[in-house]
Amino acid sequence: MTGQGDSAEHEWVDDHAGPVVRPYAVTRGRARPVTGTFDLISLVMATRTDVGSESGLGPEHMAIVGLCQRMQSVAEVAAHLDLPVGTVRVLLGDLVARSLVQVREPRATPAGLPDDSVFEAVINGLRAL
Amino acid sequence: MDYGPSERPAGAASLPTAIKILIAGGFGVGKTTMVGAVSETRPLRTEEVLTETGVGIDDLSGVEEKRTTTVAMDFGRITISDDLVLYVFGTPGQDRFWFVWDELALGAIGAVVLADTRRLADCFPSIDYFEGRGTPFVVAVNCFEGATQFRLDEVQTALNLDPGVPVVLCDARRRESSKEVLITLLEHAMKTREARRRAGG
Ligand SMILES: Nc1nc2c(ncn2[C@@H]2O[C@H](COP(=O)(O)OP(=O)(O)O)[C@@H](O)[C@H]2O)c(=O)[nH]1
Ligand SMILES: [Mg+2]
Repeated sequence: MTGQGDSAEHEWVDDHAGPVVRPYAVTRGRARPVTGTFDLISLVMATRTDVGSESGLGPEHMAIVGLCQRMQSVAEVAAHLDLPVGTVRVLLGDLVARSLVQVREPRATPAGLPDDSVFEAVINGLRAL
Repeated sequence: MDYGPSERPAGAASLPTAIKILIAGGFGVGKTTMVGAVSETRPLRTEEVLTETGVGIDDLSGVEEKRTTTVAMDFGRITISDDLVLYVFGTPGQDRFWFVWDELALGAIGAVVLADTRRLADCFPSIDYFEGRGTPFVVAVNCFEGATQFRLDEVQTALNLDPGVPVVLCDARRRESSKEVLITLLEHAMKTREARRRAGG
């Protein structure tokens, strides 16, 4: 899923283009990640503590690696960097391609709902909160 | 959704699994309040920027002419265990942005539809959406002061709900109350799954 797919059928309200420019510059104009799909709740963890001398990466890439020293979802990365999810997906694609982060896609069973052990764990976890 | 080769470097197995629940309902019904009540951190906000053409942005000079819109989603996180993290997402306005709803609903365990008895019809689009998708949901009546008290079976009838759909009262500002709603949803989703399995689905 990317944020752009089937939106043509919908009528969007006009927004001035201001906020789009920075994310656009951050990805150097790329709308799609080089690899990966990145669900909102895919979990991201850095594989290294610092990126060192990797070339071709910008400050936002570094910021993601820093943030993901602790595991974060794609949605959390976007919220903390104050960037749209689509932009963060592109940046994450760059980092996956360089093996600088690992990503765990959310679980989905063929039936669409997880098995009882997951439900029970969540129910017990909520009760214990 | 499965592990693509590029998303599965060695060691990925040690990361927890994430699951999500949606909080839907009309404007001002308490969605963001409920997200905040259950979340272990303050609610976060994430944005999707959508382009009207649907093909994305392909060159910088064109940016000014593209019609774009920003859809914001509030969400919170509850760490269940080392293996499991629950995310709770408030859905954006239910009169449009269905494309974003589809993205949110994909893989969701279920949804809470918040209802305000002073404006019950406001939650119809959410109910229609989750019924249409087959996403398990519960209706939680958020008790605002000054609202006439209805019996839950009256709400059930007024919303024309399938009798199996739980309807509960809540106070979205209270953590305990909101937690109970989520637990009701999870139990309902579990039953739904079991019923579907027995029906050979
Ligand atoms: N009295 C009362 N007020 C509530 C309750 N839940 C939310 N509110 C208030 O209703 C307003 C709208 O809530 P909000 O969560 O922003 O609604 P949203 O548009 O669905 O995200 C806020 O001022 C909340 O403080 C409730 O259970 N009881
Ligand atoms: Mg809100």
